[in-house]
Amino acid sequence: MSSSLISAKGKHPGGSVVPFRRHEPGSQPDSFYPAYRATRLRAPSQPLIFLPHTLSEVTGPVFGHSDIHPNDQDLTAQHAGEPLGERIIVRGRVVDGDGHAVSNSLIEIWQANAAGRYAHAKDDHPAPLDANFSGTGRTLTDADGFYSFVTVKPGAYPWRNHDNAWRPAHIHFSLFGPAFVTRLITQMYFPGDPLFAFDPILQSIPDERARQRLVSKFDLETTKPEWALGYRFDIVLRGRESTPFER
Amino acid sequence: MDFTPTPSQTVGPYLHLGLTDARSIARIAGDRAKGERVWLTFRVLDGEGAPVPDAMIEVWQADSEGNYAHHGSAGDAAFRGFGRLATAEDGVCTFETIKPGCVLGPGEAVQAPHVNVSILGRGILKRLSTRLYFAGEPANAADPVLALVPENRRATLLAQPDPARPGNWILAVHLRGKSETVFFDV
Repeated sequence: MSSSLISAKGKHPGGSVVPFRRHEPGSQPDSFYPAYRATRLRAPSQPLIFLPHTLSEVTGPVFGHSDIHPNDQDLTAQHAGEPLGERIIVRGRVVDGDGHAVSNSLIEIWQANAAGRYAHAKDDHPAPLDANFSGTGRTLTDADGFYSFVTVKPGAYPWRNHDNAWRPAHIHFSLFGPAFVTRLITQMYFPGDPLFAFDPILQSIPDERARQRLVSKFDLETTKPEWALGYRFDIVLRGRESTPFER
Repeated sequence: MDFTPTPSQTVGPYLHLGLTDARSIARIAGDRAKGERVWLTFRVLDGEGAPVPDAMIEVWQADSEGNYAHHGSAGDAAFRGFGRLATAEDGVCTFETIKPGCVLGPGEAVQAPHVNVSILGRGILKRLSTRLYFAGEPANAADPVLALVPENRRATLLAQPDPARPGNWILAVHLRGKSETVFFDV
């Protein structure tokens, strides 16, 4: 990004920022989705107020670049022994809305263990914890936007949203991208999970094609012989409008 | 190729594992940061006024001269501009920072000192965006973003000074309901 977009010293008109593109209808979840019970008290009831982008929206932090350890991207190597479960490799590319690589950008993940239990004090699902699995990872994308994690396939787990409610197996992903408005937190699912149709969190996304973007693909190229299955999960962050204009 | 952005999903109740246990930032401004030191307390409440004990707040703000530390760009080196915290059982979290300066807005407009705020949590399927402004700040009157907000809802964006503790500002964030906070489509 050029310095003209971030100067506030009066040398440049503050209005000529390059805004980020708005989401297409149906491509993001609705905030209020009553089938996901917690939204009933936590989703706004008033319409959002459209905010034309200013410097405040198009700038963003560098975060988490220091203090990343090699084991942070291998969730099976963070303890004395290996965690139980099916070892997997998750690999993908992060690009913007024009297909350009989002390089050197932090990705944080967290997940349940193979039995469907989080190493979190508030998770009381009666499935075993695994002393060799914390379920937390982080990495930076490389120059071409690629990332990879080694982990175990998380288990499905029950939640109390409705009768006999189960979350499909998923890994939480957190990404920053170049600006405060490109921040994305999402969940990656596994292909063919029979729980998709019953999961209000996934179903809160109106467009079926958009839901499919959260389902990773089995990838033989990422799969390592005699060692681990590979899944591919590409992520697209918001891109910019093509030209700067005054708003 | 289709480069439609990936959909958002809730952070869920266990966000602390991946986001705040190891990487909270409560202190946005180091000791040497220039400007007026302030403490910003957020209290997140649901549609029934109950505290939200499992939310996360991320903030992004300019330094005391109105410059963003965009991608680590020059500005006040002791100032990072970004913070994130999980709310406690009482729905509260507090950042230590400096009061931001005025930021250039569209055209000739000047934006009043403000902090950009994201709210994430269980039951929040996509990031909620709002802003914190400072009650009593003269520049608020000409702020182009506050001007977009119906007058009767502007107060939901104004942090109030805590008379008992100088430098402390408090903003209640009502996710839903009668006193619902203004959220922006960014």
